[in-house]
Amino acid sequence: MGKTLFEKVWDQHIVEKVEGGQEILYIDRHFIHEVTSPQAFSGIRNRGIDIFRKDKIVATADHNVPTQNQHLPIKEALSRIQVDALKQNCEEFGIELYGLGHPYQGIVHVIGPELGITKPGMTIVCGDSHTSTHGAFGTIAFGIGTSQVEQVMATQCVLMERPKTMRITIDGEIGKGVYAKDIILYIISKLGTAGGTGHFVEYAGSAVCSLSMEARMTICNMSIEMGARGGMIAPDETTFNYVKDREFAPKGEAFEQAVAHWSELYTDEDAVFDTEYNFDASDIEPMITYGTNPGMGVGISQQIPVMDEVDNPGGLSKSLEYMDFNPGDDMIGKKVDHVFIGSCTNSRIEDLRLVASLVKGKKKANHVDVMIVPGSYQVQQQAKKEGIDKILEEAGFELRQSGCSACLGMNEDKIPKGEYCVSTSNRNFEGRQGPGARTMLVSPFTAAAIAIKGSIVDPREFLMQETAV
Amino acid sequence: MEKFEVLQSRAVLLDAEDVDTDQIIPARFLKSTSREGFGDNLFRDWRYDEEGNEKPDFVLNNNQYSGKILVAGRNFGCGSSREHAAWALYDYGFRAVVSSYFADIFKGNALNNGLLPVQVSEDFLQEIFKKVENNPDQLIGIDLEQQFISIKGMNHHEHFDINSFKKACLLKGYDDIDFLLSKKESIKKFEQQYEEF
Ligand code: SF4
Repeated sequence: MGKTLFEKVWDQHIVEKVEGGQEILYIDRHFIHEVTSPQAFSGIRNRGIDIFRKDKIVATADHNVPTQNQHLPIKEALSRIQVDALKQNCEEFGIELYGLGHPYQGIVHVIGPELGITKPGMTIVCGDSHTSTHGAFGTIAFGIGTSQVEQVMATQCVLMERPKTMRITIDGEIGKGVYAKDIILYIISKLGTAGGTGHFVEYAGSAVCSLSMEARMTICNMSIEMGARGGMIAPDETTFNYVKDREFAPKGEAFEQAVAHWSELYTDEDAVFDTEYNFDASDIEPMITYGTNPGMGVGISQQIPVMDEVDNPGGLSKSLEYMDFNPGDDMIGKKVDHVFIGSCTNSRIEDLRLVASLVKGKKKANHVDVMIVPGSYQVQQQAKKEGIDKILEEAGFELRQSGCSACLGMNEDKIPKGEYCVSTSNRNFEGRQGPGARTMLVSPFTAAAIAIKGSIVDPREFLMQETAV
Repeated sequence: MEKFEVLQSRAVLLDAEDVDTDQIIPARFLKSTSREGFGDNLFRDWRYDEEGNEKPDFVLNNNQYSGKILVAGRNFGCGSSREHAAWALYDYGFRAVVSSYFADIFKGNALNNGLLPVQVSEDFLQEIFKKVENNPDQLIGIDLEQQFISIKGMNHHEHFDINSFKKACLLKGYDDIDFLLSKKESIKKFEQQYEEF
């Protein structure tokens, strides 16, 4: 019997199988950031051991950092202490740090791919659940807890049970105004937030193959939102072209050799998955969430479900109470106070280009605050080079400096209590963007349309305007 | 890590499904660089209002209920990988969480910190909810060696699954790092024949 993509990569990294079904998995790259690493460094210190493979660790500061005036000391004391602790720890143990002010700084899942650190066939971990982003390259990438961060520091390995395999095939044509974010929000709305638990997902099908690398990253990024350990996509020409010539990618002959190896990474025809789902891309319209988990999403032209349409009416009523929405409400026309464009899901250059293409020559609605936070310093510089910053500025949008920002509100970028934020991030949990904040998840294209209109709108209206001109 | 053998305790009922780790410990409380003290902010925004006053309708503020076992609806611990969620539950005093379904990363984090996730059937979960609601002094027993959970004084018990390696670790109070460190030679041998492309 053939092997799945997941099995091929996993099997290449098994050091040893342990009784009870656990396996020792060798890790090629370990990303760390300031929030989930300090306790792991202390653990290493307390054990009196050294870090085993320092050259396989890359560190950045992203979760806590301000997105304005990054050259000044961080105002908030606890954030500053955490960012400083990362710097001291990296210095003490000899780890490469792309901290504030470094040209490679950015959200950990944005910088890995853009620097060519993330490559097909690797195993990658990070103390962050959206590590699944790197799966877009045909990589086994998953989030771990701090105890495991310490394990990897100590031994470059994790101990874990082999997850089950799932394939989600998406064929058919993707509609106009529909983006990767809509595809993944649609899938999560169908499978639920626990639909992928225990599984590693492979996304396949013609619709997935047609996507750019950045769009594939958006899809893999949100695998965790359906409970899956990770998601991956078989590498192809699109992947190789993306990796080629990046800072840390192999060059010349080494690159050719790598491509030969990477080309073997696909699911064999006779391989069997534990679970399979099929979707048709043409069924998908721009999506928006109405509730307090990423599974609570609908097509933007649709209504919030009513109680007898859902499995968990208690959960729905609690969510709608938090959002101050009613069952059966239309999403279109709902009021919006803030628009946040950023996060490891949608803050790459293609996202900013898309936003700029929609807002060019228009103005944001007066009452809406718009925050655009690039995923990395490099994305910010590229946006400036392309004049995107000017287009955004003219539309009344603010392009800030890179970091996680209002995705989780650990820095000062918080949404005030009770206010509505349309966000391109990945989680609409209660209080995620600040205590009492109300989040609706959308694609960058939809977010841009809503910022202009000032209320929830079908972004396809803006496509029609363009064709009419 | 502390050993876990048997636990007999009253239980705290959290009647909610899909409890995510952002609720267990909100991001703004993740700024500590040590593992201690997170219990004070466990379920912060469900437990306290903005002024820091207790919300009387939240179960942790209801002194009828107490104990080392938290019982919650399905898909407990979804969302962020923050191990701080497991630390907060442990620091508050919980030693076991009972649910009909756990998110993967939370489950692993809990096991790595001596907090036992006990996955039971939906029916058994409802049974515990009913019994404890009627009688907050109802004791729940958890026997890790035998892998069963029981509603004390009643003929109700249920078997639960746990990976045999993780079980041995919990019973002995060992952690994975001790084990992996003992495998250093195999890891080095693996590295010699392994090529990264
Ligand atoms: S952008 Fe949001 S989801 Fe992504 S790593 Fe940062 S906090 Fe996590």
